[in-house]
Amino acid sequence: MSAAASAIETGALVKRGSLRRSRRWALVWSYVFLIMFAVFFLMPPVYMLIMGLKTSAETAAMTNPWWVYHPTLDNFIALLTSRTYLTFFRNSAVISLAVVVISMLIAVPAAFSLGRMKFWGSTTLAAGVFLTYLVPDSLLFIPLFKIMAWVHEHTGITLLNRWWALIIIYPTLTVPFCTWIMIGYFQSIPKELDEAALIDGAGYIQMLTKIFLPVALPGIIAATIFAFTVSWSEFLYPMAFTVSADQLVLPVGIVTTLINGDVYNWGQIMGACLLGAAPPLIIYAFLMDYYIAGLTAGATKG
Amino acid sequence: MAQVMLRKLVKNYDETPAVRGIDLDIADKEFVVLVGPSGCGKSTTLRMIAGLEDITAGDVLIGGEVVNDMPPKDRDIAMVFQNYALYPHMSVYENMSFGLRLKKVPKDEIARRVENAAQILDISELLQRKPKQLSGGQRQRVAMGRAIVRDPKVFLFDEPLSNLDAKLRVQMRTEIKKVHQKVRTTTVYVTHDQIEAMTLADRVVVMNGGNIEQVGTPNDLYHTPATKFVAGFIGSPAMNFVPCTIEEAAGALRVRLSKDLAFPIPQERTQRYRALVGQPSLLFGLRPEHITEQRPHLESNQHPFEVELEVTEPMGMETMVFFLIEGTELVGRVNPDAGAQAGKRMKLVADLGKMHLIDDASRRVL
Repeated sequence: MSAAASAIETGALVKRGSLRRSRRWALVWSYVFLIMFAVFFLMPPVYMLIMGLKTSAETAAMTNPWWVYHPTLDNFIALLTSRTYLTFFRNSAVISLAVVVISMLIAVPAAFSLGRMKFWGSTTLAAGVFLTYLVPDSLLFIPLFKIMAWVHEHTGITLLNRWWALIIIYPTLTVPFCTWIMIGYFQSIPKELDEAALIDGAGYIQMLTKIFLPVALPGIIAATIFAFTVSWSEFLYPMAFTVSADQLVLPVGIVTTLINGDVYNWGQIMGACLLGAAPPLIIYAFLMDYYIAGLTAGATKG
Repeated sequence: MAQVMLRKLVKNYDETPAVRGIDLDIADKEFVVLVGPSGCGKSTTLRMIAGLEDITAGDVLIGGEVVNDMPPKDRDIAMVFQNYALYPHMSVYENMSFGLRLKKVPKDEIARRVENAAQILDISELLQRKPKQLSGGQRQRVAMGRAIVRDPKVFLFDEPLSNLDAKLRVQMRTEIKKVHQKVRTTTVYVTHDQIEAMTLADRVVVMNGGNIEQVGTPNDLYHTPATKFVAGFIGSPAMNFVPCTIEEAAGALRVRLSKDLAFPIPQERTQRYRALVGQPSLLFGLRPEHITEQRPHLESNQHPFEVELEVTEPMGMETMVFFLIEGTELVGRVNPDAGAQAGKRMKLVADLGKMHLIDDASRRVL
């Protein structure tokens, strides 16, 4: 950001030179589009905040929708003191964290073996992993529903309308994609690194834990963020598999409990959405630095 | 410390042969360099010794023990890779001690060994740095340090200097030689650079097309190459080859290069070459350094001739002169003050005592 800004300054100081001028125009256009992009994507959260700060009366009144004349925190206070909303939040958090852990526990070893240990059929299997990701969840929830019914019939274990059952279901969405990301990361690590580790006396497990995990940390973080975001925002599966108010997760809970018949409690809906969007944002903010920093620098000539 | 033996070693990639059954004995503490053009099988051979490639047929023995099915970590070897292969997330100290830590060597022992190796390589101040904070030469030293610390039976080097710039390469070459003089461990070193091979090796193994062309000391290879390939590969610029015939006149032999140019063959070689009189497809080989400018006093086997120069390349300490004999380009190395000029005729001297005769059909030096 500061580098780009100073580049513009030097471009302004030095008027001559078509190369500088064309670079300056490129920067100008970059900023124009980036600003449009930012406005476009920041509009919904800003609108959510505005609506969240309004009373129902003000929302219903035909005042300027982009301005709050009588701001109030009532909506947020109501949400954060409401047992149901906190239950949704807890359900979502527990599910998401568990899904991240399960996904990484499966995806990392799977990607390591598929990406680094050449064995018969490993490339086909790797492609197969990706293909499973291409099947949309809207096609899968009916067979999944059947499977859960079958499990109930044969074992007596109830999976339907249980929030924790989602912990088993979400990995079907996250594991293939996380594996795929990690395969790419592991494959980008120079092969001399595992050969050096082999000669140094490392087994495959040590190679994974001592060399590959630290080196592939950006990839692991990318996969973690992905898994968390998917499980946090998944809507279709919880909509289909959970019904009772105490079993709902955040996205489904907001739209089912805060809408009574045709009464839309807009202030609370918007406030709930805003609060619900916060955890992924916070996680991004914390992990972004690691994510961007390339850790393979210095391993090889490169 | 151990000797390494290769017995009829073969490596095929699917159906493509990479190494075609080579035999080689490497003595304890010896520094052997495998050299050859890319694809000659030298790296594959090294990787089979390391245990990084499966062996198709034959045996690799380290310290008298067949290690074909032994994983790399049990072979007690250390390897230095072309692109260093340092662990990027570990400090230099951690990089060097990684192998020892895996082997659960006591901490103070590790510290002692790492410091010792760091001292040998002059990297003691760098121990806390990460690889990305090091220059190419320093990284290569760390890679060597990682090998030295392990105190293995055999050092394996896979083109360790190829990634360095020319000046640093020469410096590190000397460094490697010094290290081997301090730490006398059996070493197998792979390179495509014949100068590196000549300067470092106790013995050089010249490989070509998956076979060993010749094994010998650097001087052996230079003075008595066994094949045309070795004759052309060792030495820079490469040896001149000109089609020739052998003639006999009054009991003496002459090698005829063109209608107008023939050199008498030294007396001591008459016996060796007599059977070749009139034989077709012979090549006359003479190194550029044995074609020099005219001198006032000629030795007995030096013979003058005159040619028109095509191109001259001044190198500072000497000037390369290029000329044609019967359409074949030859190079000579003359004194820069000898007045060599492109397009002008020049008197040169050939040292026939250093000549080679090669059978172009069998590619063997006769």
